[in-house]
Amino acid sequence: MAEKTYLQAISDGIRGEMRRDKRVFVLGEDVGVYGGAFKVTLGFQEEFGAWRVIDMPLSETAIVAGATGAAIMGMRPVAEMQFADFVSCAWDHLVTVAAKQRWRAGTPVPIVLRLPSGGGFSGGPFHSQNPESSFAHIPGLKCVCPATPEDAKGLMIAAIEDPNPVLFFEHKHLYRRIKGEVPDERYVTPIGKARTHQEGDDVSVITWGAMVYTAEEAAQQVDASVEIIDLRTVMPWDKQAVLDSVRKTSKVIVLHEDTRTGGFGGEIAATIAEEAFEDLDAPVRRIAAPDTPVPFSPVLEKAYIPQVDDVVRGLKELISY
Amino acid sequence: MASTTAVDVVMPQMGVSVSEGTITKWNKQVGDSIEADETLLEISTDKVDTEVPSPASGVISEILVQEGETVNVGTVLARIGGEAGASAPAPPAEPVPEPATQPAADAANAAASEGQTVSSDAQPLSPPTESASGNGKSFVSPVVARIASEHGIDPTQVPGTGTGGRVTKKDIQAFIDAGAPIKASEPAPAPVAPADTPAPAHTAPVTPPAAPTSQEPQAPGQAPGQAPGVGEQFEPMSAMRRGIADHMRRSLDTSAHVTSAIEVDMSKVVQIREKLKKEYTAAYGVNPTYLAFIARATAETLRDYPWINGELRGDKIVTRNYVNLGFAVELADGKGLIVPVVKNAETLNLLGMAKGIADVAKKARDKQLTPDDVVGGTFTITNPGGYGTFHGTPVISQPQAGILGTYAIVKRPWVITDDNGADAIAIRSMMNLTLTYDHRLVDGALAGRFLRDLRERLQTWGEADY
Repeated sequence: MAEKTYLQAISDGIRGEMRRDKRVFVLGEDVGVYGGAFKVTLGFQEEFGAWRVIDMPLSETAIVAGATGAAIMGMRPVAEMQFADFVSCAWDHLVTVAAKQRWRAGTPVPIVLRLPSGGGFSGGPFHSQNPESSFAHIPGLKCVCPATPEDAKGLMIAAIEDPNPVLFFEHKHLYRRIKGEVPDERYVTPIGKARTHQEGDDVSVITWGAMVYTAEEAAQQVDASVEIIDLRTVMPWDKQAVLDSVRKTSKVIVLHEDTRTGGFGGEIAATIAEEAFEDLDAPVRRIAAPDTPVPFSPVLEKAYIPQVDDVVRGLKELISY
Repeated sequence: MASTTAVDVVMPQMGVSVSEGTITKWNKQVGDSIEADETLLEISTDKVDTEVPSPASGVISEILVQEGETVNVGTVLARIGGEAGASAPAPPAEPVPEPATQPAADAANAAASEGQTVSSDAQPLSPPTESASGNGKSFVSPVVARIASEHGIDPTQVPGTGTGGRVTKKDIQAFIDAGAPIKASEPAPAPVAPADTPAPAHTAPVTPPAAPTSQEPQAPGQAPGQAPGVGEQFEPMSAMRRGIADHMRRSLDTSAHVTSAIEVDMSKVVQIREKLKKEYTAAYGVNPTYLAFIARATAETLRDYPWINGELRGDKIVTRNYVNLGFAVELADGKGLIVPVVKNAETLNLLGMAKGIADVAKKARDKQLTPDDVVGGTFTITNPGGYGTFHGTPVISQPQAGILGTYAIVKRPWVITDDNGADAIAIRSMMNLTLTYDHRLVDGALAGRFLRDLRERLQTWGEADY
């Protein structure tokens, strides 16, 4: 056990699997000599050589297509997008080929696509998005969104092991800001199992990624017992954990950093309405970013990304409802 | 007409836990004109009695609730201005939650801007119901409906604390935990999936059974409405009376009441009081009553007995570094009792204590107490001695651990030891004190030591002691 940053935990997860399994390799823009845009793969090329830590041309299409081909041939590629936003260039290979290959031809496509996502540092519209709901909507893809260092390592290992394409949304705002105890040994955090970040009785907050910490801070500012469920993975998502929490508290906020309309929170809210209607004591409340691109201006970005105050307000409304 | 919009006067929310109030007196009648903030009526709740000021100036067009009636918080009591019968929405007299207006306005704004809002989340919660018609109690959330159905409860009988008086899940659970009437003749129904033909027994509103079915006492106010017997008369029960009845019963059901008594020689206090009386009255306009002396000595003694100033809360014992003394005060009409609290009594000297007691007693008699004045007590003193009683067994004010009873000071022959060390019979001003304590927390020996120390303080009161 050692205290690690979220970023170190991701790095450790990949490095451990590369040492353990020769099929695992890394590819992406500047992942080798430079060590990756955020230095997740720093020192990897020295340890594993240029053939297992491949600097790719400036083409997300080539990266995802190359990873898909390698996976079909039996390899376990871990591909990096410098920013999650850029994955749209590779949409066709990811959605048309990687996601459907197994259903079409029975061939597993065990790729991991690392997607540094999220805002909070004035990165503007091309470097701040949280596109998990776009891919959660595509059958055949898995989407994981760890919030803690321990989960980041465990889910990375689970993603590499998984025979399906897994999109690994790693939140940039958490990279060096969040530290936590991470077991030294190898362990797998199962995909599809939520984590109770804190237990409570009065109102539930269902969230994932960086918003877990926003919810935690907000919960400290209200006079009520707030339960925070960290989904950890949005596809598949832990419906049972969410419904159990709703049955306990009967009041629920679904919180995410992604935009509101079509955001994954809508799916969760709808499921609660369908399956836990008779347990509700208040309308299901969504707190999310408005339906606009992410603004550059720090002031506007703050108004855009759900803040602690927004969650406090939502909690208070539900508590007094 | 000049004013076409009538202003509603609603039953105000007097404290968080108060859900209803009784009209005790209308100071104006229909057709009378009234100024804003002038007293329009007097109400009685289980916490306080108070006057309700008029929210607006105008002529009273309607009085909807008569004297003696008890209604829920938020109920419209009267209308000022407008034409009789017109029911335009208007600001309430007190900041009672008004769920319909603001969220509706917000929703309208949100709709107007087609969701192009910049704030991260501008969608307000929709109001719980079309509550323009009333106080929101009519909306029943899915979970409340299910629990009500499972327990055979009529949700409209449950006091609501949610927006506009809505019954929340917690409210109905508390109602059940407090021993709500469950269908007596049937086993409690298991949770059932929504059926096409729900069994009528589960959904029909259930009135309280005609006779108490368990040890849970029937609240007297809910007794079945039979006609009075020969020679009997019915008198409506005030909200305060019902509050007292419920509280007394609950206290006896909660605490293990034990009473210990001690005799105190008050001669020194009597003597000092005679001296101070003139000085305090002339200089400060305050009468140093015996009660003030006793309260001062009690606050001092409680410092050494934190459990008697404490509380059992769940499986924890609560102790405090302060003393909030409650004083049982009889209302002027003799039909009620209220326990205003002098906060931080441990910081008050004799003068401060006398003034504090006089202030809360006056407020109580003038019906000026606010909900804050009657909560937070850590120990209570009751003083029935004014009528000559020499002993009693008061009931503890929950959730406190003890209550001190003070009784008549009478001159009695008393065996003392004279200056020569010989026994002698003297005439002394004697008083009995009782400590009624919750034996769950306080044992008899501890109570005895407390009374001994309190007696010692009173018997040895020096002129320099304040």
